[in-house]
Amino acid sequence: MLRFVLRRLVQVIPTLLLLSLLVFAWLRSLPGGPASAFLGDRATPQRIAELNRILGLDQPVLVQYWRFLVRVASGDFGTSTITGEPVLAEIGRALPATIELSLAALVIAVVLGIPLGYVAAQYRGRPLDVTTVIGTLIGVAVPVFFLGYLLKSVFAVQLGWFPPSGRQAVDVDATNVTGFAVLDGFLTQEWDASLDALSHLVLPAVALATIPLAVIVRITRASVLDVLGSDFVRTANSKGLSPSTVRGRHVLRNALLPVSTTIGLQVGLLLAGAVLTEKVFVWGGIGTLLAGAIEQRDYPRLQALLLLGALVYVLVNLLVDLSYAIIDPRVRLS
Amino acid sequence: MRSARRLSALFAAGALAVTLAACAQSERGDGAAQGGSGATGGTLVFGVPGAPDNFDPIFAQDGETFRPARQMYDTLITYKQGTAELAPALALEWTPSADFTEWTFKLREGVKFHDGTDFNAEAVCFNFNRWVNLPNAAAQAQAIYYSDTFEGFTNNQASATGTPVFNSCAAPDPATAVIKLNKAKGAFPAAFGLTSLSMSSPAALQQYNADQIEQSGEAFTYGPYATEHPTGTGPFKFESYDRTANVITLVRNPDYWGEPAKVDKLIFRVIPDENARKQELQAGTIDGYDYPSPADWESLKSSGYNVLVRPVFNILYMGINQKNNPALQDIRVRQALAYAIDRESLVRNQLPEGAVVATQFLPETVDGYASDLQPIPYDPERAKALLAEAGQSNLTVNFYYPTEVTRPYMPNPTNIFTALQENLRQVGITVNAVPQPWNGGYLDSITANGVHDLHLLGWTGDYNDAGNFLGTFFGRNKPEFGITDQALFQQVGAADATVDPAGHAAAYEQVNRDLMAKYLPAVPLSSSPPAIVVRENVTGLIPSPLTDERFYTVSKG
Amino acid sequence: MTVTWAQRRKARLDDLSAGRSLTSEAFRRLRREPAAIAGAVIVGLFVVVAALAPLIAPHGAAETFPQLQENLRPGAIPGPQDGFPLGSDQLGRDFFSRVILAAQQTLLVGVLATLIGLVVGIVIGTVAGAFGGWVDTLLMRITDVLLAIPSLLLAISVAALAASPSQTTVIIAVAIVGVPIFARLLRGSMLAQRESDHVVAATSLGVKRSAVVLRHMLPNAIGPVIVQATLTLATSILDAAALSFLGLGDADPARAEWGLMLAQAQTYLDVRPALAFYPAAAIIVVALGFTLLGESLREAIDPKGRR
Repeated sequence: MLRFVLRRLVQVIPTLLLLSLLVFAWLRSLPGGPASAFLGDRATPQRIAELNRILGLDQPVLVQYWRFLVRVASGDFGTSTITGEPVLAEIGRALPATIELSLAALVIAVVLGIPLGYVAAQYRGRPLDVTTVIGTLIGVAVPVFFLGYLLKSVFAVQLGWFPPSGRQAVDVDATNVTGFAVLDGFLTQEWDASLDALSHLVLPAVALATIPLAVIVRITRASVLDVLGSDFVRTANSKGLSPSTVRGRHVLRNALLPVSTTIGLQVGLLLAGAVLTEKVFVWGGIGTLLAGAIEQRDYPRLQALLLLGALVYVLVNLLVDLSYAIIDPRVRLS
Repeated sequence: MRSARRLSALFAAGALAVTLAACAQSERGDGAAQGGSGATGGTLVFGVPGAPDNFDPIFAQDGETFRPARQMYDTLITYKQGTAELAPALALEWTPSADFTEWTFKLREGVKFHDGTDFNAEAVCFNFNRWVNLPNAAAQAQAIYYSDTFEGFTNNQASATGTPVFNSCAAPDPATAVIKLNKAKGAFPAAFGLTSLSMSSPAALQQYNADQIEQSGEAFTYGPYATEHPTGTGPFKFESYDRTANVITLVRNPDYWGEPAKVDKLIFRVIPDENARKQELQAGTIDGYDYPSPADWESLKSSGYNVLVRPVFNILYMGINQKNNPALQDIRVRQALAYAIDRESLVRNQLPEGAVVATQFLPETVDGYASDLQPIPYDPERAKALLAEAGQSNLTVNFYYPTEVTRPYMPNPTNIFTALQENLRQVGITVNAVPQPWNGGYLDSITANGVHDLHLLGWTGDYNDAGNFLGTFFGRNKPEFGITDQALFQQVGAADATVDPAGHAAAYEQVNRDLMAKYLPAVPLSSSPPAIVVRENVTGLIPSPLTDERFYTVSKG
Repeated sequence: MTVTWAQRRKARLDDLSAGRSLTSEAFRRLRREPAAIAGAVIVGLFVVVAALAPLIAPHGAAETFPQLQENLRPGAIPGPQDGFPLGSDQLGRDFFSRVILAAQQTLLVGVLATLIGLVVGIVIGTVAGAFGGWVDTLLMRITDVLLAIPSLLLAISVAALAASPSQTTVIIAVAIVGVPIFARLLRGSMLAQRESDHVVAATSLGVKRSAVVLRHMLPNAIGPVIVQATLTLATSILDAAALSFLGLGDADPARAEWGLMLAQAQTYLDVRPALAFYPAAAIIVVALGFTLLGESLREAIDPKGRR
């Protein structure tokens, strides 16, 4: 087991090296660069060349890459060219924001999606079913940036129910413990801060939830239909079990299996797929960091984001393989 | 295995969260609300489109970095609010020597920095000496306004290669500072008002390692002075910069030498998306914001908001690169471009109320503006004739324009480009559209590589000096225009060196006339006013042509 | 052992007839499904409008009109009037013509992006599914990585690479998003068929490997891929709109495309919301049409697996 883990870890290294080299080369082949992004309309050829020289960006890519590797080896992932802050600190701040938003969106999608899908299946072909299916499909078809604007105009500007954007009101005194704004309010018992954070969360979470909602409705509906037509439900019905028992104990439980797989799938997509939602709602999560880094050619931030993402991806893969081996004796590690 | 991989993506997110949660501790919470105690009190929340780079003005070069600095610092000379005219600030009087190489400043007495130390002539000299002695290339490269104005450092490490214009600073008594220059420059005294030349507390500069600006990897890092301890003499003091909420909090300086700020607390909230800024205002969560889109001025006004329009102090031009396309070296072709453009319609259709057609490369309010110049008329027939005369009836040009950006002089580059494209098409010119993201290649293509034929660019003035515009554009050979006309460069240089105010203006007026008649290196299009919008109960904010608004006069009713 | 011409012909005919009955069965199912009919009608209308756009639209997409420009201000865009049923756009052009003409460009972007993604995906999937072994492992590793990147981020990364954004870069960026999906899908059904009777039969009859892959495996595996393509068309149009919103879209401003128009209309939402609503409605309806059609096709082809 230990040897297996060690070998896998050693195998990871060339993968990461190759990936980082690719990222490195990709970034530097993008038009523009940190120097002109920094200088704006004050850019002159001399200034751009000078900044590139000071920052070492005039060196051959392989030399830059080597320097990068040396720094990373000592745990230094660099400093953002936009904010002058260590990128790890930036990521550490943005990640809770993104996770919070994704979780909220997922909760909305699951809490609404499963009952809707279930009811739609029960009334298959009737108006309720058709409305639900078409409704969720329209939700998917509206471009997210436009949906976000509409939500804000109606619920923030017209009705004033929710704040239009951001994560916190400026006049709420909130203490930062974990970076999860809602949770922090609970931990510090600053209920107003929790409530404020929650109210900021609603609109972006709804906007982000539309796509997983549609998927969950569809899968639940299909899966319930499958189960309803299956032999054991027919048996249960013919046994004379009450319809509510059949529904609760047999249909729902069996139908939810494929749904839970789907939910798992959506999480990954939600986490980094929120670029547009974050932009429209000024959310300040990972999506914002990424989009800003691409727009302003922030090499260190992009490198760190992509590399850390890959590293975690690889390590988790390893963990999953290990857990399979532990759970399932038929799987041998070799 | 497939599902294992899906599952791993799920775990990946979670594990990353755990790994990095440790880095998530931030300084949030420092910005706790404090009770109001001022004349009107309260908190003003103002939406801004971008975050500042740092809080040390010498290393600042963009409006969003200047904005908080202008509330926290003072300069020796300032600009009268709402104008580009000079007004006393930390210096009550300033007098040049006969040859304009020595400036004597009579300083305001009894002024204290935010850390309680005295502002005096020693402090002035400390700041000037700090600037000229910036230690390394990283610091010098960041001091962009300083190196533009003073041309060099004691120990030039970066691209500034000239002799420093600054010679020395003397403090004969605490209330008198004398700045000696190595040569006269037309930019003075106006340039002494540049926000970059703000006075910092010498004690704080030393205590918080202000000069410790370093290159780290591919970025710059600043010392604690520039990030957490800016210490000036201004009406507001720094409280916090919450990077999580993207909020900069300043509080009133009760010991301000002038009229103290009316609001207790001034908050700049960074909201990059334009529609998001508008909706925050409409929802009542901010009190105002900068750069409302010209499209929204009318609807904002009719909803009861105050749209404060700045006096125009910028210029937008269609640049011409003669090097890249030899056909453009013929002045008749460049004149044809100018006649082909319907600038009246462009200004009316795309630019906000108050925008004007430009007759030259200066806005009207700058000394050196030649008021006798008439705008080039819209005359497509004449344009066609000129093109035919030059043998360029089938001219094809690569027209570069920026995306992902709005500038004060160019609120909607895509629309402006599209209008120009149609104008040029109508006189038979084939226009290849080359859009590039502002940071993602546009600036490199235009200012460094010169690979374009035509382009859109402009300038907002830093102070009232024609050299700040004309010297920047046409003072030397630049890839942007690809002109090598030494006579023009010398004429601009001579105008800048003429330091008596009347002669200075007259020389630049002539430069303007010659540019339009003899050279036409680009086509000036327009000057257009950027605006600020505030709620009805916000009073006392005076829009500045230099985008130099001071918030201490602002109160919330 | 030699294979007679008659044997080979018979094997092919069997395949063909099996295919036809499956197809006709699916069509029969589709005709009963209201969602399928609605989807087909929308898609049909869209294609017709797109094809005939230059005939329907009274004016060109770039043409400006003095009578519109006269009253055009950044904060006031002339509304419907004589000869301009939907009024002006932000540059004094006929908005109605642009909405109609945009159908063509939108269809072009959607179809080309899907087609490119489809072709590349099919090649990768076929090669992987047909050969298996290390080729399969390598190709699927790559598609796994691509699949792990959220689609919009992938499109943004590709679009940002271009020196100057254009229609071509948008198409390529959106196409790449589809590649791993198509490749995965095709490989799956190819693998399933490698063990199926007719493939085993053809192989044992000595048919060349490439012929087995191209004549026997591919035609039978391609059904689900076509269904997926219909669904991808909808997301392609949406992805292109998102790229436009982020400033990475087709930047020939004279060209009319719904996503681009919607993105540019963001500035005028308070001034003339119609500039946003018409393209938005068009995108929603068309995306809905393709989704309905695709979902129904999927159900029709695979009546058991409704997912």
